[in-house]
Amino acid sequence: MSVVQKQGKILSNLEVAPSIFLLNLGLPQVAETAQPGQFVHLRIGPLSDPLLRRPFSIHRTKPEEAKVSILYQVVGRGTKLLSQRCSGEKLDCLGPLGRGFAIPKVAGQFILVAGGIGIAPLIFLAETLLRKMGNGKWEVEKEKRKKMEVVFLMGAASTEYILPESELLSWGAAVEVATDDGSKGHRGPVTDLLTRQMDRSVASCHIFACGPEGMLKEVAQIAGQQKIPCQICLEQRMACGVGACLGCVVKTRSGYRRVCVDGPVFPAGEVIFE
Amino acid sequence: MRPDLSVNIAGIRLKNPVLAASGTFGYGTEYADLVDINRLGGLVTKAITLEPREGSPPPRTVETAAGMLNAIGLANVGVDAFIKEKMPLLHKFNTAVIVNVAGSTIAEYVEVVRRLDGCQGIDGLEINISCPNVKQGGFLFGSDPQTAAKVIGETRKVTSLPLIAKLTPNVTDIVSIARATEEAGADAISLINTLLGMTINVETKRPKLANVTGGLSGPAIKPVALVMVWKVAGAVKVPVVGIGGILSGKDALEFLLTGASVVQVGTGNFVDPQCMMKIIHGLEQYCQEKGIAKISEIVGTLEVEK
Repeated sequence: MSVVQKQGKILSNLEVAPSIFLLNLGLPQVAETAQPGQFVHLRIGPLSDPLLRRPFSIHRTKPEEAKVSILYQVVGRGTKLLSQRCSGEKLDCLGPLGRGFAIPKVAGQFILVAGGIGIAPLIFLAETLLRKMGNGKWEVEKEKRKKMEVVFLMGAASTEYILPESELLSWGAAVEVATDDGSKGHRGPVTDLLTRQMDRSVASCHIFACGPEGMLKEVAQIAGQQKIPCQICLEQRMACGVGACLGCVVKTRSGYRRVCVDGPVFPAGEVIFE
Repeated sequence: MRPDLSVNIAGIRLKNPVLAASGTFGYGTEYADLVDINRLGGLVTKAITLEPREGSPPPRTVETAAGMLNAIGLANVGVDAFIKEKMPLLHKFNTAVIVNVAGSTIAEYVEVVRRLDGCQGIDGLEINISCPNVKQGGFLFGSDPQTAAKVIGETRKVTSLPLIAKLTPNVTDIVSIARATEEAGADAISLINTLLGMTINVETKRPKLANVTGGLSGPAIKPVALVMVWKVAGAVKVPVVGIGGILSGKDALEFLLTGASVVQVGTGNFVDPQCMMKIIHGLEQYCQEKGIAKISEIVGTLEVEK
């Protein structure tokens, strides 16, 4: 599987929640080969300012429609300009990049923990896990198959940011919601839901998380205490995106590692949080 | 007729005057999926030191107006691992390989050069006396003509490979440094390394880079680079390698006209991995349009009203 540089046609770029946009791009090669947790490195426009590309987790792919979806939040100048790009225009795209989530060989209970826009790559992961379950591709006995489950814990500021809940439910995931203001679900951080879930967790349980650093740190602690394998998807400002510039490193137990090629997904126990 | 883009610089034959700049192209293989490396004039590796270096803490990069700051801190695998693990892969490419050398002491520069000297596949060495992001060595060596000359002179003694002195722009008089390195035995002079800079987050009242300061690169520095290349090219006999904010064929031509024999592309690779291919194509097109048979004919042909 190799990385490509392609001009992706913007199929749509719409605000789906306050300051959150869903960008659909026509990118056949990327749609075909991308794995959950991988990202694309987009050039926002043709000019020299803003200069650098912006990395975005792949939110969904539809290979049959040659489509790659990006869910992004407008947080600065680059994302603001991206939100102003229109259907029909083209974006220069590198991808798929990075090491995505390692899908466990044995089926079990998969707990996905999303904080804010960190939901973006986890939808792709949930879809992949659930499809694999539906296809019966796991090497498990029938008895154990009953215990396969995707539990999606979703944290957001308030109810209007809870986007793909109904879709996840329709795919067969169990969904629980936490909001900062209590406008939907549990009032408080999503890690409260994870702690609660730990009481109900079963053998061969896996945690996958993406979200703000504080949240990831707590998820890593909980997983460590419970001795549950946990993978976290990190975010870092990048220049090259292909492992050449060494600009996007994160501190790990084996020294500084590049988020772009050694990650963005790392075993939670590897990462040293400041 | 197809114009001849090949150039000879410091005894190194290049198929065209476009090279990847140190620190932006890793050890050559990182971009192999995206760039036809065999089409490049050459590539300059990440700076190599005697021991492996971890580099600076993150955040290491931040975007600025039409540019970026970096403080990588010379992170690299060290010279022995470079020779053993990286060089065999680099050697497979049909392009000139120039190894960038850095050190904290003159003795370290000498030892790294000595170890690289016997290594197959290396076409030249770029002596980095200009890194702004390390506490010891780095651009301190390139800030004083005598010290700069000492690094070049001492490394000259232990290798017959072509030596390119890479200069820092963070000095009062770059011409005096250039002359000193030429006299000490440099076969070519490359400039500019990054300009020292910083940027602040006003909400947290903290610098955006963990290292506080970093090196500025990208289109923002091109005019500064150009004037320095112009001054140095007019003052030395050895060829000059132009570096600084080159993103297009037109940018590269500006440097060639000003007196650079070849150019290096750094930050441009991040913006567009096809950047160097587009520059090579742009140079070819320019030569065809102007009826220039050989690219080296245009070097230093800038016309200035006196």
